[in-house]
Amino acid sequence: MYVAVKGGERAILNSHKLVAEERRGDPALAELDVRQIVEQFRLAVDRVMTEGSVYDPELAALALKQAQGDAVEAIFLLRAYRTTLPRFAVSRPIETRRMAVRRRVSAAYKDVPGGQVLGPTYDYTHRLLDFALAAEGGVGAPEADLAEETLPDAMPPVLDILDGENLIEREFADREGESVFDLTRESLSFPAGRDQRLQNLARGDEGFVLGLAYSTTRGYGGSHPFVGEVRLGETAVEITPEELGFSIEIGDITVTECQMINQFKGTAEKPAQFTRGYGLSFGHGERKAMSMALVDRAMRCRELGEDALYPAQDEEFVLSHSDNIEAVGFVTHFKLPHYVDFQAELELVRRLRAEHATRVGRDGELREAAE
Amino acid sequence: MTAQAAIKDGDAGIADRRRWMGVLARAGREELEEAWTALPSKPAHRFMRAPEIGLVMVQARAGGSGNPFNLGEMTVTRCALRLDSGVVGFGYVQGRDKRRAELAAAFDALLQTPETRDEVLRGVVEKLAAAQAERRALRSRKAASTKVEFFTMVRGDNPR
Repeated sequence: MYVAVKGGERAILNSHKLVAEERRGDPALAELDVRQIVEQFRLAVDRVMTEGSVYDPELAALALKQAQGDAVEAIFLLRAYRTTLPRFAVSRPIETRRMAVRRRVSAAYKDVPGGQVLGPTYDYTHRLLDFALAAEGGVGAPEADLAEETLPDAMPPVLDILDGENLIEREFADREGESVFDLTRESLSFPAGRDQRLQNLARGDEGFVLGLAYSTTRGYGGSHPFVGEVRLGETAVEITPEELGFSIEIGDITVTECQMINQFKGTAEKPAQFTRGYGLSFGHGERKAMSMALVDRAMRCRELGEDALYPAQDEEFVLSHSDNIEAVGFVTHFKLPHYVDFQAELELVRRLRAEHATRVGRDGELREAAE
Repeated sequence: MTAQAAIKDGDAGIADRRRWMGVLARAGREELEEAWTALPSKPAHRFMRAPEIGLVMVQARAGGSGNPFNLGEMTVTRCALRLDSGVVGFGYVQGRDKRRAELAAAFDALLQTPETRDEVLRGVVEKLAAAQAERRALRSRKAASTKVEFFTMVRGDNPR
């Protein structure tokens, strides 16, 4: 059967024009400036940077503007853009312990050196719509309070300083100098090392990772977690350009880090201890960092000798489905023309129905004959 | 001349250069333009590598102190230029602003030049560093204002 495979160019071009008009909205209203998005939609920008896996607030804001605020579409745009750029270097691992902290809380220890610092959080807001934000004239320029003193220059990780009894697992670097898995250059491979799992989770869809994290605490993973620490702040990025031969700082990035601790019953070889899950995101991404930490811990089941019984513990399931760009690509491709496929399926269903009818008819005749 | 040779010729220690490059990398476009405009004489320079936008893969450590993993990339602009004197300056700055990378490289070259180093250190680098320290302190003091002061629910023990 002949099926048209060309055509639609004009429709597509006009669809682009229609999108452009709808994106702009009412032209009587001022157009959004990318810098306004950076400043006033910062948490959306942070999510796009994290899952787009490129730290660049202006680019993420541009992507959000272009995508009419659709986070996943914006993430797609950012991922596509990065493929056009060369890679200059790989940084030295950032040192979150030297972070210029703006928020740091622990749910496990009350008295931590430097204190519990709430920072800019929605945690203790009432979640009532604030109509003042919709009022004409806006909110002006609200000002935060200033303490007399700054916070300490560096705040050591809570878990490292408060666990004198070794009740909490330590994280050691014992693979220094070995190559680090990079999903931008290699396909997923199983069994996956923790480096691959952490990179995948860091780029993974927030909703997907959040849902899996939730499942681990509801009986699908046997997790009873405590937040050892959540911290937000700025960390220097250091590279060693070949032509210089020494390391230099190229700027600061904002990151959110979560150290989650979880009970571990112990094995014949290892006594009971709290184990750790780790989460890290670009910008202020606390929900993501916490979810990542829980799923990281769930996927450590193999190394800790636990049975992998639930979806969050199944690294192949988690890593293969966490990437929203891959997921979107596959799920939404079904709306593209499948005319030929569908014709073939129609033919098949017609034939099966015809066979069914024949069979029923024959069976009917046989039944009648038997009666 | 290689960068290392320039350092030796300029007699600036690597520690000094790392510091000023870090300060220049964190400086805003306007701050750098202003400092450049204020220079009494602007040296001629040629690009060895015109400003170029690329990526740096940012690594972090599992648990903050464990084995490294790739967190995600960041945009970076780099530039290399040579003054007429032969001194080579490098600029590596976060983001996609080519002019910022160029100015950072130009200042890096001037800072390796003995005749201009002290003036640029005092007039540019120290000022930028002070502004950066002030911004950081301001952010930190705002955060410090949200520190929780626990008090026990015992009569007479509450803070007033």
